[in-house]
Amino acid sequence: MLGLTVDQLLFLVRGAGWTLVLSLLGFVGGTILGLPVALARSSKLKALRMISSAYVQLIQGVPLPVIMFVVYFGLSIGGFEVPALVAAGLAMTAYSSAYLGEIWKGCIQAVPKTQWEAAECLALTGPQRFVHVILPQALKIAVPPTVGFLVQIVKNTSYSVVIGFFDLTYSAKVLNNSTYKPFLVFSVAAALYFVICYPLSLLAGRFERKLKRV
Amino acid sequence: MGYEFDFSFLSEYAPDLWRGVWLTLWMTVVSIVPGFVLGTLCAIGRIYGSPPVRRVATIYVEAIRNTPLVIQVFWLFFGLAVLGARLDAFTAAVIALSINVGAYTAEIMRAGFESIPRGQREAASCLALSGPQRVLYVELPQAVERVYPALVSQFILMMLATSIMSQISAEELTGVAYQIQSFTFRGFEAYLVTAGIYLVLVTMLRLTLHGVALAAFPRRRRLGTPL
Repeated sequence: MLGLTVDQLLFLVRGAGWTLVLSLLGFVGGTILGLPVALARSSKLKALRMISSAYVQLIQGVPLPVIMFVVYFGLSIGGFEVPALVAAGLAMTAYSSAYLGEIWKGCIQAVPKTQWEAAECLALTGPQRFVHVILPQALKIAVPPTVGFLVQIVKNTSYSVVIGFFDLTYSAKVLNNSTYKPFLVFSVAAALYFVICYPLSLLAGRFERKLKRV
Repeated sequence: MGYEFDFSFLSEYAPDLWRGVWLTLWMTVVSIVPGFVLGTLCAIGRIYGSPPVRRVATIYVEAIRNTPLVIQVFWLFFGLAVLGARLDAFTAAVIALSINVGAYTAEIMRAGFESIPRGQREAASCLALSGPQRVLYVELPQAVERVYPALVSQFILMMLATSIMSQISAEELTGVAYQIQSFTFRGFEAYLVTAGIYLVLVTMLRLTLHGVALAAFPRRRRLGTPL
């Protein structure tokens, strides 16, 4: 089929599966770490704002492959012999937490200030104001850019090829080395990425239009 | 634990790191220009083009934006080699980066063109400017001015993305770091230094592009509106 055997196709599909696993790790980790970043970025305390801003600048100023390498070698000199999936997952967590933190900060700040004031007038405490008034509104604004960023996460897991994680890109590279049909192999790999990413892109666009109409 | 940090490789490999830095910067600058032109043409095509033009531009933008750069560059580099057109790594990298950043620029520029008030178009028509004149002299400058910050972010992301070109054996900064790592086994230190250099490069590129904006958009500078 397509000039590739079924086994070779399955080999790529298995790679795509690992790409999804790594994307999921990156998104879950990025959410867990990104929420505090977003809160710190929009905090009233200057120190918190500065630390979180420095973190975001640091991660956004270094290429993801280099982050992967730093985590990979850092873990190994720390005495942890971990599989590439763990190193790649940690690097993806760091990467997506910085971007998600920045996106969500924007969403929190996009809630009109009068909402804070109205909540205060109703004698809600600080945390109550945030949880019951601001957060539900910020979440609604956050959906389209977050789904859009999922596309970035899926695509950027391909950088884990540098530390030899067996994702879709690495599988395609290996398969190309053995079959020497680069157009075919990388076209199939690109198609698999497209099949994962394009629906997410469409979804993000649809959410965005829906939000604009409201 | 008890790991001894050793940065002594730095003095020996400083010239290599310099070469890597220059290649990274050069690759970035050379890719930005065709990428911007391609993206802008695409944006114009998607807004004013005939239906087939619009369709082709949309397919290009969606195909590029929904697949990873690594796959695109492998496809180009290894694929053309099989066809007998062997590109050197730098050329392949620049072509792939231009095509890649072009797709993102197209989306940004489209937003820019669409944000221009209709009155500008009507005023240009009243002055008897032809369609291309209107786009070139009236709409394009305003569109670029409006989306400039987004373009800057995109170009910075592109500079960071050059780091993957070591995969096709282009000896840019990350490629040099990999070599240092394989000769000295000081991977952690080598990549820490590399990360620091990228931070400096990002800051420099941001400042340079800000300077370009100050020179290119005097109106904004006079009004004091942030870029």
